[in-house]
Parts: sequence; structure tokens; C-alpha cells
Amino acid sequence: MKHLSLLMIIFSNVVYADDVQFNRDVRPILSDKCFACHGPDEKTREAELRLDEQASAFADRDGSQVIVVGEPAASSLIARITSTDESDRMPPPEHGKALTADEIKILQDWIQQGAKYQEHWSYIPLSRPEVPVVAKTEVSPIDSFIRRKQLEANVSMNDPADRRTLLRRISFDLTGLPPTYKEVLAFEKDDSNDAYEKMVDRLLQSPHFGERMAIYWLDLVRYADTLGYHGDQVRSVSPYRDYVIDAFNSNKPFNEFTTEQLAGDLLPNASLTQKVASTYNRLNRASAEGGLQPKEYLAKYTADRVRTAGAVWLGSTIGCAECHDHKFDPFSAKDFYSFGAFFADIKEQGIVNGANYIEQLPVPTGDQQTQLAKIDEQLKQTESNFNRQSPELDAAYDEWETAAVLAGDRWKEHNATDLKSQHGTTLTSSETGVVVASGQNPDKEVLELEFATDLATIGALRIDVLADDSLPARGPGRAANGNFVVNEVEVSYGEQKIEWAKSYGSHAQNGFPPENLAQNATGWAILPKAGQDHYLILEAKQVLALSPGIESEKAAKFKVTIKQNHGSTHTLGRFKISASPESAVVEGSVIPSAEVAEILKIPTENRNHEQRSKLNSDFRNQTPLLKQERDQLAQLRTAKKQIEGAIVTTLVTVAAPPREMRVLPRGDWMSTAGDIVTPAVPEFLSSSEHEQAEPLNRVDLAKWLTSAENPLVARTFVNRLWMLYFGHGISRSVDDLGSQGDWPTHPGLLDWLAIEFIDSGWDVKHLIKLIVMSETYQQSSIVSPEMRSTDPFNKLFARQTKQRLDAEMIRDNALFVSGLLVDKVGGPSSKPYQPAGYWAQLNFPKRTYQHDQNDDQYRRGLYTHWQRTFLHPSLLAFDAPAREECTAKREKSNTPLQALVLLNDPTYVESARVFAAEIVQQAETFEERLNFAYGKCLSRVPTQAEMETLRTLYQSDYEKFSHEDSKDLSFLKTGLAPAEKVENQSEIAAWTSLTRVLLNLHETITRY
Amino acid sequence: MKIHNTTTNDFLTQQTRRSFLGKSALGIGPLALFSMLQRSAKAESQQTGLNSGVVQPLHFPAKVKRIVHLCMAGGPSHLETFDEKPKLKEMHDQPMPTSFTEGQQIAQLQGQVLKCFGPQFDFQSFGKSGQRISSQFPKLGSMADDLCIVRSMHTDQINHDPAHTLFNTGSSLAGRPSMGSWLLYGLGQETDNLPGYVVLTSVGKGGQAQPIAARQWHSGFLPSRYQGVQFHASGAPVLYLNRPEGITLDQQENVVNTINNLNRQFDSVVHDPEITTRIQQYEMAFRMQSSVPELMDFSGETKETFERYGTTGGDGTFASNCLLARKLLEKDVRFVQVYHRAWDHHGNIKGSIEITAKEVDQASAAFIQDLKDRGLFEDTLIVWGGEFGRTPMGQGSGRDHHIKGFSMLLSGGAVKGGMSYGNTDELGYAAVEKPVHVRDFHATMLKLFGVDHTKLTYKFQGLNFKLTGVEEAHVIDEILS
Repeated sequence: MKHLSLLMIIFSNVVYADDVQFNRDVRPILSDKCFACHGPDEKTREAELRLDEQASAFADRDGSQVIVVGEPAASSLIARITSTDESDRMPPPEHGKALTADEIKILQDWIQQGAKYQEHWSYIPLSRPEVPVVAKTEVSPIDSFIRRKQLEANVSMNDPADRRTLLRRISFDLTGLPPTYKEVLAFEKDDSNDAYEKMVDRLLQSPHFGERMAIYWLDLVRYADTLGYHGDQVRSVSPYRDYVIDAFNSNKPFNEFTTEQLAGDLLPNASLTQKVASTYNRLNRASAEGGLQPKEYLAKYTADRVRTAGAVWLGSTIGCAECHDHKFDPFSAKDFYSFGAFFADIKEQGIVNGANYIEQLPVPTGDQQTQLAKIDEQLKQTESNFNRQSPELDAAYDEWETAAVLAGDRWKEHNATDLKSQHGTTLTSSETGVVVASGQNPDKEVLELEFATDLATIGALRIDVLADDSLPARGPGRAANGNFVVNEVEVSYGEQKIEWAKSYGSHAQNGFPPENLAQNATGWAILPKAGQDHYLILEAKQVLALSPGIESEKAAKFKVTIKQNHGSTHTLGRFKISASPESAVVEGSVIPSAEVAEILKIPTENRNHEQRSKLNSDFRNQTPLLKQERDQLAQLRTAKKQIEGAIVTTLVTVAAPPREMRVLPRGDWMSTAGDIVTPAVPEFLSSSEHEQAEPLNRVDLAKWLTSAENPLVARTFVNRLWMLYFGHGISRSVDDLGSQGDWPTHPGLLDWLAIEFIDSGWDVKHLIKLIVMSETYQQSSIVSPEMRSTDPFNKLFARQTKQRLDAEMIRDNALFVSGLLVDKVGGPSSKPYQPAGYWAQLNFPKRTYQHDQNDDQYRRGLYTHWQRTFLHPSLLAFDAPAREECTAKREKSNTPLQALVLLNDPTYVESARVFAAEIVQQAETFEERLNFAYGKCLSRVPTQAEMETLRTLYQSDYEKFSHEDSKDLSFLKTGLAPAEKVENQSEIAAWTSLTRVLLNLHETITRY
Repeated sequence: MKIHNTTTNDFLTQQTRRSFLGKSALGIGPLALFSMLQRSAKAESQQTGLNSGVVQPLHFPAKVKRIVHLCMAGGPSHLETFDEKPKLKEMHDQPMPTSFTEGQQIAQLQGQVLKCFGPQFDFQSFGKSGQRISSQFPKLGSMADDLCIVRSMHTDQINHDPAHTLFNTGSSLAGRPSMGSWLLYGLGQETDNLPGYVVLTSVGKGGQAQPIAARQWHSGFLPSRYQGVQFHASGAPVLYLNRPEGITLDQQENVVNTINNLNRQFDSVVHDPEITTRIQQYEMAFRMQSSVPELMDFSGETKETFERYGTTGGDGTFASNCLLARKLLEKDVRFVQVYHRAWDHHGNIKGSIEITAKEVDQASAAFIQDLKDRGLFEDTLIVWGGEFGRTPMGQGSGRDHHIKGFSMLLSGGAVKGGMSYGNTDELGYAAVEKPVHVRDFHATMLKLFGVDHTKLTYKFQGLNFKLTGVEEAHVIDEILS
């Protein structure tokens, strides 16, 4: 019975010492039980009655009133909710939510006491509340608010946590990592007054502070590395994650942080950082599924952005107003779509057409920027060298030109008289003899061309392949990258065919040199030099004699067959054919391109500037005198390309003329019946000052959010910060501060913190320091079961909360303890070990997961590649969200799958065996070793009982692992880390059993 | 002191959210409340007691205890399977009348000339009931008297990913619990060494394998213990189930016992109810390391069974998964979902269905017969169908996605066999007679489990969410036996 009476106190609504308050006591009842039919949603409103507005509730209705101030008995509200007639009683029985006796009593008392309405607490403008005076000695404002409630409840603060627990707690809370044992011991000995404060300051300055904060912020903004719908393809956004880390580390004021994310791209002279921040707007799920209707998905993306921005900054469920006016809060459907209109200028397509074709901005690191600048400088110098003038070069040029004229004379261009393709390509021939392939683009193609000639012999054939803007990547081939593969070239005359003695050309692709053609090998291709002209020359073993006489006066006809069997449209796009009567040419002689040969025919004095410089450039590209410079340039350009290729890109916001936005009735994207809307903030939260002639944009949205008058943003954010350090918000519903949300346990404190946050210039670190310096924060989390039952939810904050570590931190901690952790901040996402086949359900394309083979394997969990539809299973097991939607609070579950992860995931087995090897090396006796192990893992020494328990396990396993018959130490090879070359492997194996135990302990994965 | 507005319901909810095991979390909380937590008799008898659901007592007498969803992923054509349309055959190659299609959603056929495409297979009468079923499904046809064919399904989402999400969670938005999670939340689970909700997948040779997101079996805003657990055909059947190489079962047991022992010692210092839960979870995890491999071992099955299913098990095929599903149901797993990812037939629908039908027909029928032989048929609900249907209009030699009308099979002792329900129009375009929305199916399924769909709710972001969502949903009483 004792427990029962306690419950009465805790759960009954009736025992208020003071007056009934509308927001605290009445609104939750009306919202939950009445607003659905008598609230903000006009469409479902019954009897034209709004109980959320005083005017409607007090209105005269044919002589009766729903609420008569001070007279419950005369109020039809009370009559209806207490009616014994089922057909008359409110809420209607089929509504499913009957009022309890307590709730009826509250409503009666409220009317009795004057039926005073209040605006919903979170919408009331912020003002700094008075700090209660609770003690003679000075305590922090936070503690004053907390103590005042405790006093009322006749409860006092718990004992302070011991130093070790406190340091572990503050380290996990501020950096996500544990302290070293050395730090704990030093802190325990430091009896200076500001020992703790020094520690807090140090941790706030740690680069890992930003990482810890990012884990939470990335949940809110649903940051991930993949699209999330259907094929769940990768898109690069990791620079945004690093932006978030940097922002928290540099303590960027929260208002700037807000503005840069929502509108960084629109800021005047936007910096690279600000553009990267605007990736925020592109983090929504997106689809690349063929056959989707773009308009439908644009509507989905907009709704997603409204839901998310509403949840992240307003702590509101404005997303509920997509199909109808909000049932509980004053958001109308029009508000929803007007809010969406802020994002209508984002340049995007409904379907992500291959994740590469979207607005990816290169984000070079500082290192990369320096390297590029250096290479550019060298390039400039080498280019000037290459283009130098000298008498020696002038002389060489004259020689080159003479040789080129001679060589050019050798070739006679031919126009095809007949063009055929075997697989459907359309072929045309221009007046100048250029053959153009168009129309169907088959994977493979064989071309059959016929030429009339007045040559008496053919000794060599030349194919000039020509780049052109009409071809993919400028050609000359028709493959998407401009490449082609010529596998075979046949020249025939009647029954006779030419056998090739040799072949050569202007460029050799790796594995596809032009020489192949004379050797019947794989064929000729030209990567990476697509987009420019090339030539191929084939020389006959024996000159082929033609007999122009056969068909009387007519010219002889020969046939050229070009086979292109490589596949995937690696065929020629534009080319022309020349023939030479002789076969051999002198090795190393000048071979002018088709274009140069044309220019050389023009008398020197008639050549224009462009033609002269073309000759000059060809000369410089061929003369042995400039070989060194040419090689240098090629090297530098390759190096530059490599660096540029390694630069990570991010999907940024690019503004375009806004799309038309309409209210979509019931969310129906096909409807055009709704009104056109322009960007606007929710009407009930807007003040007239913001009305202006120009349409609002995302900068205005950000300004409104972070204006001092906005009542929601600061309340939402400080409430969530509080949750990070206490496990619960001051209002428990950190994702909904609206009408259906939880009344704050300490409204004054919440408002005081919110105002303090704004007044400090949105200083995040300042606020965090205030919180963690409080006595409230530093309490012990250990309490008696009695105290727990007095306040099961810790609404009085008379103790700290035990919190299981977040998924990422559990892994970070194991890596930290074993010494494997690589604590590099920022960079592209990493891929830890993952069970094979876990991605089998992915398609378009199918993917095989490959874990990192280098240091990236051991980076912190927050850098893990975030595959939305198949999040890394060990993170998923510990409640990391898929980040498809905003997550304001993670579940803290406790499941058998978690046990399997910690027992068997190679990450933990590897950590355990590396940890074991270190233990064995660091100390001699079992006791010393175990002390060392406990120090590293838990910052303490083991108890005697713990020591005995583990000794038993050690002895049994050591025996087993020493015994030849039962000895299988394969697990000591788990993971990439090199195995310790120690004599006694059995010892390490047995210690691995112990370290596995330690890494699995509840204490290890919990912050107390 | 006063703690505002905490109803007993909220209390329970918060406690369940906090830990995997209601019992341990509550053990420290007010005892009076603990006794208010009613539990199923079966769960009560089990010492772990992790199994009770929130629906206590049931709203209706339960007709079924388990459900298997044979999910034909990709969207099977109703016109080549269970919905015979002679008129469409007549109209083959003629323009699709615009009266059907105007203003409707179209997927890949956007902007193209819409032509009727005749059904590619003949239909036959099967069983005493004479149900008309495509000739490609002779084995399922032989079970016609046990099948209830719903021919008037319709849905809202025309692309695979959102359509699956809608079918599983009642909403196309991410983050909502799947129906299996709702069932575990509402009813609890009846196994203590296997998950209560298991997912199996297979691919076929007759169509693109559509991706299936893990979201489809996620618990959304419900506690993650209600999440479906995927069993894999290769590697560890459950992720991380296999012990580190070289560690024997005995050694693993020693490690687990030591962990639990040390956790208990520590609990005496910190009084943390989560530790009790943690200990139970390690016990469960350890049991799974034996129970799951046992389950995946098909050596106990007879030759007749193998012949009936057309598999000897363990090969990752749909047939093998059906056999495994039966084993899971025997062990009282509440919800088994078997995806066959092979039904997206945009082209060559004739050839593709010939292949895909062979992959599923025999095994589906064998599965139903097997349940009958083992006495599981009476209280199991069998659901066979995809996330949507396919257009009566051709897409070359195939058909496009279609949401206005499609078919689904239900079977089991709780539904009427040998009947069909509802109809599409004469061209198979829209469900016109007794249309059944996905949420009506959800409402009906919950009713069979003894749950009123309007009363199984979970408060999240200020709303009482339901599987059936905010629109009206109707139980299809007519098909219930």
C-alpha cells in the first residue's frame, strides 16, 4: 500500500497546491482529448467550436455558453463531459479517449478559478525569469531553479559524483571519448579549487568536442552518405560533416551556424565554407528510380525539408500540416506550403539522374590548395620555357616544315563513294571526305567503305580521327568518354587484301597501342587523350597494285573495312581516310596531322595567325629540342589532375528562379486546385515587421529563426543540450514543444537558459559550460531504489542519469582502450569491417562492401559510411538512426543483437586481442596485468571479487589454449592490425578472453 | 510534490522504451504498477518474461497466432496471375480508352501512347470452388479451395521503395514501424531463443532484383527490440552470430557467464536496472548461438518434404526460405516475411513470369500444404502478394507499375478459402468492386490477431500513431471464416 499511495502522489493530477494553470494543467487535456474536433484544424472542426481559443469557447451560443467564467455548473463543457447519456457525452465514445475523473476535476477547477487562457508556453515570447533564491550561499542559477523544485518536493541533491566518475562522465559528454587512466589519477590528486573547471575548459577546446556535437547535429539534419530511396546510391556530402565539426570546435555562434546552413549560398560573396554549409538543404532523401514522376518527388523533397527544418529549429511538428491544418498546433496547411516555398529556389530535379550530375562543389583541403598553387607556379614557368624563342628553334622549325611538306605530299585524301554499316550506324561523307557516324549507336560496328582512286598502287593507309563538339566528350569516338577501339582495318581490292607490316599512330592508350593493328592484337584506343585529333598509319608488307584499266576509263575502287568489336559503343564518330602509293617511310620522320597538312599547302605569306600558331604548336610538340619541357609539362599536368581528382566534393545548394509552389490539398501532388503561395513564416509566429515588398528568401528565414523574438529556436536548442547532459530534456518531448509536447519540468530554467543563450550571442560553449559546471550536473547517478521510486523519471534532477553510450562512442571507446583509434578529424567517410553479404539487397548498381585496408579502418564511428537503407549493422544494433528523417532523441535499447556485436564483431575481437597483447607486455604478474587492464578500460582497479572471477576464466582458457589438441588461435589474427610477435601466444589468447569480457561489460559501455 | 500529467500509460510506454525487458526496468519502479502489467500466460511461465505485449487483454478473440508474408517484391502482374480479363485480350494492341487513364499516375509510361496489352496466359478453373487462376500457377491452383483471392487491392505509391514502405508501415514516410514491429509491440513474442520477427530474402532469374531497404522491417519510432531480424542464406545466418574463429562454444559460454557475473557484481554497487536486462540479453544471445544454427540445419527434414518444396534447404532460394519459414513458425516466431525480389517485369513479361512463377508456385503451395499437415494452418495467416500490380497497358512486351488495382492471396484457417473478393474493372485497371486499400488489409490482419486497429497506438511527437494511419480503415469481415 505504501507504493500505491506514492503513486497517487506522482500520477494524480489533482494534488496541486496552487491554482490550476492553463498551459500546465488544462491545455494537455484539451489538446489530447478535444482539439481534434474543436481545435486549429478548420476542416475537421465540429459545431464551430474552438476550445484552443478563448473567444470561441466563451461565445454566446443561443443563450448558453461552453464556458461560463467562474461557473462550472453553468458551462455546457462540464455538462457534456460529465453527461451520463452516452449520445450526449464528450468526447464521443467512438473517439476512443475518455476523460478521467482527475481530468474532469481539473477542468472544473479551472473554470471555477476564472478559466484563464494562456498562450501555449513555447510560443510565448522569451523574457528572462527571475532566478529563485534558495540558499544562503551563492549557487548557480541552474542549481537555484533545480533546488527550488527539490525543496518543494522535500528532496535534496544527491551526493556529488566521485572524481573518477565525474571525469569519465565529462569526457564522454564533451568529447565522446574516455579519459586516460593517467588523467584520472592526476585529476583525483588535483585539490585545487578549479581542478574541475580546468578540465572542462580543456575538453571544450579539444578537437573531439566538435566530433561529439556533430554526432547529435547530424542526427537532427539527417546527414548520410547515400540517397535513401530505392537504389540508395552514394552522393558525396562529407565536407558538410566536417563543416559541422569545425563549427562546433570554433564555437561558431548558433545564429551564424543556422544562417550558413539554410542560406550560405545566398550570402554576399559566399565563402567556400558557407557554400559547403548550404549542403544542409540537400541532405533530404532523394531517388534515382527510373519511372518516378519528378513532380511527385519534388513535392516529397519539399515536404521533407519543411518537416526537417521545423523539427531542427522550431522543435515543432509542422510536418503534420502537409495534408491538413495541424490538429493541435496553430500551423495551417498554408503555413506548411509557404514554409516550403523558401526552398523552391533550390536547383534540383525530381529524379537524381546518376548521382554525379548534380551540383557537386569541389572542396579542396588546405594541403590540396597549397599543392595546387605550387604546381600552377611550376606549370607557368615550364610553359614559358616551352614557348621560348631562340635561333636554334627557328632553324629547327624550318627543317621541320620542309620535312612535313614532303610527308604531307605522300598522302592523298579519299572521298568514299559508298558507305555501309553492319549494325545500323548511319554514315555520311562530307565534301571534304570526313565520314560522320550518327543515328543508332550500337555497341559494336563494322564499317565498309568504298573509294575510287587514281593511284596505281596503295602502300599505306592513314586514318585521321577527328574530335568534334557533336560527339560525347568531344570524341573522336562515340563511347561516353569519347573513346573508340579500332580492332581491325582491312584494305582490299577485288580478291586481294593488304597484309600490314607495321602500324603506328599519334597516341597509345595503355594496352591499346596503334601497333596492335599490324599484330592482330586487341586494337587501338586513345584514352586519356579523348577530345582531340589523332591519326593511325598502316604500312603494307607488299604494295598493292591497282588496275585502273579493268573497267575501261573508270577509276579503280578499293574497299576499307574497319572492325570495332570492343562493345559499349566504342566506335568511331568522325574520321577521314588517306592513302599513300608507297609503303615505307623513314623512321622518325615528321608526320603532319590532316589539319597541318592542309595548312602546309597554303603559301607561307597567306597563312593567317591561327594557322601559323597551329604549325608552331605542332612543331613544338614534336621537336626533340623541347622534349625535356614537354615531359615536364606532362608530368605536372598529370600531378595536377591527380590532386584535382582526389578533391572531395559536396552537393551544395545552387539557387535558381523559384518553382511555383501551391497548397496541395490533402498533400496530393497532382492537384493544382490549391492557392499559389510565396515564402512566409508560420502566420501565428510572424510579426508584421517582417513584411516587405521583396519576396522573402532563405536568408530571411534564417534571420527570422535567429531573431531574438523567435520564441522556439533557443528553447528547442537549449532543451536538447540539456538532454545531452542529463538524458532527458527539461521538456521531455525534445522533438515536440507544441501543444502535444510535455510541459517542462522547470519552465523557468528552460526560459532562463534560452535567454542566456541568445544574450551570450548564441554562444554554444558558454551554455554547455554553464550546464556542466552546475552542481546538478556533477551529482552522482547512483541512488537508492527508494529514491528512484520517489521520482522514477528523475523529473526533479536530484541525481545524474546513467546513460548507455551512443553507438559510435561504444566503438570509439573499444578502439581507444586498445590503442587502435586513429583520431584524425574530418575527411571522407570510412568503412569499418562489415559482415559479407550485408549489402545483398542493394541494387542499381549491385555493390560489394570493401572495408578500409588502412588507418581509415580505425577512425571514429561518426565517420562511418552512412548507407541509409543498410546502415552499418553494428551501429544499427546500438540504435544509431538511419537518418532518413530528423532524429532528436535516440532510442537506448538493450537487445541480444548488441551482445552479439560486442562478442563477435571483428572490430571488438581485434580490439580485444591488441589490448591483450599490450597487457601481457606491460606487466608481469596476473594481478599487475589485471590492474593495468582495468585502469585502461575502466579507469579503476578491480575489486578482489572481480579479480577472482577473472582469474578463474584466465586459468581455464590458458590451459585450453596451451593444450596442443584444443589449440586454435585463429582469432588472434582477427583484423588488420599486425599480430604481436611474442613467444607465448597462448598467454595472449587467454588474456584476449579477459579483454573481451572487459569490452562487453555494461560498465564499459555506460557513462555514469 | 507533483509530477504533471503522467498517466499510467505513459509510464508503461516510457519504461518499455527504456529497456528491452519490461520486467527488469519495472522491477525497480513502483511495484504496484508492475502488477498492473498483465502478461500472457505463456510469457509468464517463461523465466525471462520478455514477451508480453501492450494489448492486454485482447480486443477480440484471436483467430491467428502467426503470420507469414510471402512478399512478391517488384509488383507481380495481377493480369497474368489471379485476375482474368478476357476483355483486355480482345482489346490487345488497341489504344487504352482515355476514360480509364486520364489524370492518373503513370510511372515509366509517362508521355507514351498507351495501348492495351492482352494477358499473356490462359486461366483455368481450379478446385471444387472453380477459382480462375493463371495456367502458370498449377500448384497454387491445386490449393484454390484454401485460397482467398482479393482482386481489388489498391495503394497510393507507384514506385517500389515508397510502395513497400507503405505496405509495411502504412505510410510512405520513413521512420514508421513496420507491421511486424507493431505486432510484437502489441502482442509480444512467444519465443525466448529466437527473434519474434524474422525476414528472409531471395532473388530470381526472371526480373530485376529490386532493392529492399532495411527500413521495411525497422521498428521506426517503436523500441528497436521490435525490429525484424534478417536471416542470411550465406555467412552467419544472423549478423555477428558466429563466434570468433577458434573460440569453442564452451569458451564462449565461459566468457558470457563471466560478463554476466561481473555485471551482477557491479550492479550491487550502482543499482542499475539496465544491468539486469543486459544480463538477460547476453543469455538470450548465447541461446541464439545454438538455436539459430539448429534451425538452419535441414538434415531433420524428410525426402518427401524436400521433394514437395523442390529444395533440400539452405540454398537461399525462395523454396528454401519457405521451408525455413515453416520451421520458424513451428518455433512460434510470430511474423516471418519472405521476400522474393523478382517481379519487376517491365519487359518480356511472358518469359519472365514463366520463370518467376516456377520459382514460387511449387514452394508456395508446398508451404500451405505443409502447414496443413502440421496443424499450423488453422492459426497462421498466409499473405501472398506484392507492393502493387502492373498496368493493363503494355510497355513494349512488359507492363509498368500500377497502383489502382491488383491482387493478393490470403490463406489460413481464419480466412475463407475457395473464394474471391472484390473486382477490378473489365480491363483490370482499377479496383471498382469492394476496393481494399493496404490499410484495410492492415486492419483486417490486426483483427485476426485480436487487435482493434484503432486501439493499437503509440505516442510519438505528440500523436497517437496507428499502423492504419489517419485515414479510415475497414476490416474486411466478409472474408473471415
